[in-house]
Amino acid sequence: MAKKRTIRSIPQQRTPAREQEPAQRVQNFAEVNCGYTLEQALNEAERCLLCPEPACVAGCPVNIDIPGFIREISAKNFRGAYDIIAKSNLLAAVCGRVCPQESQCERLCVVAETLQPVAIGRLERWTGDRAITEHWTNVPYIERNGFSVGIVGSGPAGMACAADMAKAGCEVAVYEAFHQPGGVLRYGIPDFRLPNDVIDAEIGNLRKLGVRFECNTLVGRLFTIEQMIDELGHDAVFIGTGAGYPSMLGVPGESLNGVLSANELLTRCNLMRARDFPNYDTPIPLGRHVCVVGAGNTAMDAMRVCLRLGAQKVCCVYRRSEAECPARAEEVHHAKEEGIEFHWLTNPIEILGDENGKVRAMRCVRMELGEPDESGRRRPFPIAGSEVELQTEQVVFAIGTNANPIIGQTSKLRLDKRGYIEVDDNLATSMAGVFAGGDIVTGAATVIEAMGAGRRAARSIKRYLRIRDFDEPRTEAGSLFGIDLNEQNFARIRLA
Amino acid sequence: MTEPDRAAGFEILKREDFSDVAYSLVVHHPRMAKAARPGQFVIVMLHETGERIPLTIADFDRQAGTITLVVQAVGKTTKEMQQSCKAGSVLHALVGPMGVPSSLTGRRKVICVGGGLGVAPIFPQARGFKENGAYVIGVVGFRTKQLIFWQEKFETCCDELILCTDDGSAGIKGFVSDGIKLAIARHRDIDEVIAIGPPVMMRACAETTRPHAIKTIVSLNPIMVDGTGMCGGCRVKVGDTVKFACVDGPDFDGHKVDFHDLIMRLGRYAAQEKTAAQRWSENCRMKDQIVPAVRASPSPIPTTSDLTRELLDHLDPFEQVLGG
Ligand SMILES: Cc1cc2nc3c(=O)[nH]c(=O)nc-3n(C[C@H](O)[C@H](O)[C@H](O)COP(=O)(O)OP(=O)(O)OC[C@H]3O[C@@H](n4cnc5c(N)ncnc54)[C@H](O)[C@@H]3O)c2cc1C
Ligand SMILES: Cc1cc2nc3c(=O)[nH]c(=O)nc-3n(C[C@H](O)[C@H](O)[C@H](O)COP(=O)(O)OP(=O)(O)OC[C@H]3O[C@@H](n4cnc5c(N)ncnc54)[C@H](O)[C@@H]3O)c2cc1C
Ligand code: FES
Repeated sequence: MAKKRTIRSIPQQRTPAREQEPAQRVQNFAEVNCGYTLEQALNEAERCLLCPEPACVAGCPVNIDIPGFIREISAKNFRGAYDIIAKSNLLAAVCGRVCPQESQCERLCVVAETLQPVAIGRLERWTGDRAITEHWTNVPYIERNGFSVGIVGSGPAGMACAADMAKAGCEVAVYEAFHQPGGVLRYGIPDFRLPNDVIDAEIGNLRKLGVRFECNTLVGRLFTIEQMIDELGHDAVFIGTGAGYPSMLGVPGESLNGVLSANELLTRCNLMRARDFPNYDTPIPLGRHVCVVGAGNTAMDAMRVCLRLGAQKVCCVYRRSEAECPARAEEVHHAKEEGIEFHWLTNPIEILGDENGKVRAMRCVRMELGEPDESGRRRPFPIAGSEVELQTEQVVFAIGTNANPIIGQTSKLRLDKRGYIEVDDNLATSMAGVFAGGDIVTGAATVIEAMGAGRRAARSIKRYLRIRDFDEPRTEAGSLFGIDLNEQNFARIRLA
Repeated sequence: MTEPDRAAGFEILKREDFSDVAYSLVVHHPRMAKAARPGQFVIVMLHETGERIPLTIADFDRQAGTITLVVQAVGKTTKEMQQSCKAGSVLHALVGPMGVPSSLTGRRKVICVGGGLGVAPIFPQARGFKENGAYVIGVVGFRTKQLIFWQEKFETCCDELILCTDDGSAGIKGFVSDGIKLAIARHRDIDEVIAIGPPVMMRACAETTRPHAIKTIVSLNPIMVDGTGMCGGCRVKVGDTVKFACVDGPDFDGHKVDFHDLIMRLGRYAAQEKTAAQRWSENCRMKDQIVPAVRASPSPIPTTSDLTRELLDHLDPFEQVLGG
């Protein structure tokens, strides 16, 4: 083993990633952050102190062995690095790109006490990308157990659950309403942050595990959750339908032409390829001046998409201050570089139209911050008499989403007050054999949390079906002669 | 071990032309045929680069495992479908049934109204009411005699059928709202009117029944993308609430719907729809040598389409599209 790394001996500067220049990249949809080269990855890996009791791991929602995989990169055992990540995270190339590392692993990195934190996300991405180009897949020997699991929704939660259930030997079908799988990864997050090839590669890996995707399938309407168990022969069901029911603000003028949700804009642009109109048939609204309301990841994506569609001026209107902005730091930084105009502490009160019913301006009021509210963030208050009018031709709402009502409308599942699916600690719903996770349980969250929920549900489903779970740490206390007492038998095979 | 994902596309078994602008497609989808209820719709994509367009399930046959769509060729996609959909060809995507099924029980006497592209969609409702024991008065409207279709189908499930044509070449001369007036004059005990067609027509129907305080349900047809409640593009004003037509509807109380709002919003892509239709018909004229150039897969570094930029400069002439 090489000599011990200390804060003084490691490269002091965080290795910058290659990026497309702002002026160039607003003209295209290619990736902004081009990732590390091999040398850069090796250099950055050198910056990890390889702490024996790493703080960063606790910051990762799925507890990736971070120093473990970085050590393997330094040892040039790249496949080994990938295997370590893949043990906890099925979507390395995705999460390396879209996780809010600055508030998770990198926030707790010990190096960050003195220098800039190790670029864990970029290293994860580099490893994930390498796996894709080298076609590494971890397809284990799978012994079929005769169980069948139906998964509703092909976002990160559904993908993660599908992978684990397939590895456990179940037959897995993923039902997706859209004509392409991937959930928000596909329709929401634009190519310049997460290229389609990456999603295709991850979906391809699931197919290699034997997972079957049935797109164009709206569960609840084509068949119900109850029918999945009673008629389609699924022994267990996982629901990961996301939280995509966009909120509007409720200010006058919202039905004017030129007002739309970020979801609509992004779906048209990303999934339907409207940015390539008229080579693709779906149109997309175009405004020279665009105001996007909100400052989360969705808002950043919407603004940057508008720039790439040719808007001359794009403003972000957010009622709190920059400190409360919930988007990933990298996205805000990139948005600023690209020339987005930020109007912090500003809240829309009315959208004004012209005689043809098209947006012409948005009236806003300036805000100030008061005491912290239940979310712990300081509550914004309007400042009397501070109204301003922003000229704009388009208003995009990116102010959050609610629970999609379809599953609730069509099943007897118990929902919570806000319409999300109610689950217990094991992610079991009120219906036997039916589990749920991801945004449809928590409300809009993150890719990694949705993925973590999918895996957690998979563990519960294995317990429910009494399939031996090799991933679950077994407690000594609960075992007799090393055999887990909770297990009725080892690999329970369903007799047809 | 791996079963392939659904075979490429959804097969069209039969096509029938009603006129130059209207045609029906019978599509194989046993599961959908089983699940479909009157009032529901599907979303169709003709090909990989196509748009998602909503179409009502105009009929379904559970035994045969088919659904029937009746389409009016009004723009790029519906005209292209008219040209390319044949028995044996496939639709790239077909998802549904979507929307809340119409409520068809507990009525004794109803009027089912269909005009323009709403004639076919009203059929399953009329049949459903009949099956539930209601007295069904059908009112269907066409511009002229040559455009009439499905008259026999309606006759089998309607106790009375009032045919209306704009020019009086068949049935009564007048709009469907005149047909409703006639029916109301004949029957004092109508529980409900259900109307499907272009927004202006549905508005006229709602205005006809308002003075009589007869409950009037309309099936709204705003622009949709996903049809699953995810984009909000289909939002409509009903009373003082905003509803998403794809998941909360498409049926709403016609006396509460803000039709002005609906009509305004239907026109929001008029300029681009025109570009698409023009470009397509030009391509058709050049015929036969078309396709590859248009359908080329996007280049590795996609650039913002020049045409899109061009459009931006000529944005506007706001066009009010009344539909149908
Ligand atoms: C624009 C945008 C940008 C984002 N950026 C980031 C980011 O940078 N980093 C990050 O960590 N998170 C980000 N998020 C959040 C993250 O994408 C979500 O938290 C995550 O995708 C949730 O995963 P999920 O599997 O629960 O649901 P989703 O990804 O929403 O997937 C649900 C899937 O289920 C399908 N579905 C829904 N209902 C049905 C039904 N009835 N039948 C069949 N299928 C159905 C949907 O079509 C969809 O494909 C972003 C979200 C958006 C919208
Ligand atoms: C619930 C519902 C049910 C419908 N049922 C039928 C039916 O049974 N038969 C039928 O012929 N038509 C039906 N329509 C209308 C049909 O969807 C449109 O005529 C079609 O989308 C037009 O597409 P285009 O490319 O041919 O024409 P375009 O030139 O693109 O548009 C023509 C007009 O159709 C409307 N339109 C365009 N795109 C959409 C869209 N994605 N969603 C909804 N409306 C759009 C606009 O008002 C536009 O002005 C229905 C619409 C809805 C919402
Ligand atoms: S069509 Fe997207 S929400 Fe209704």
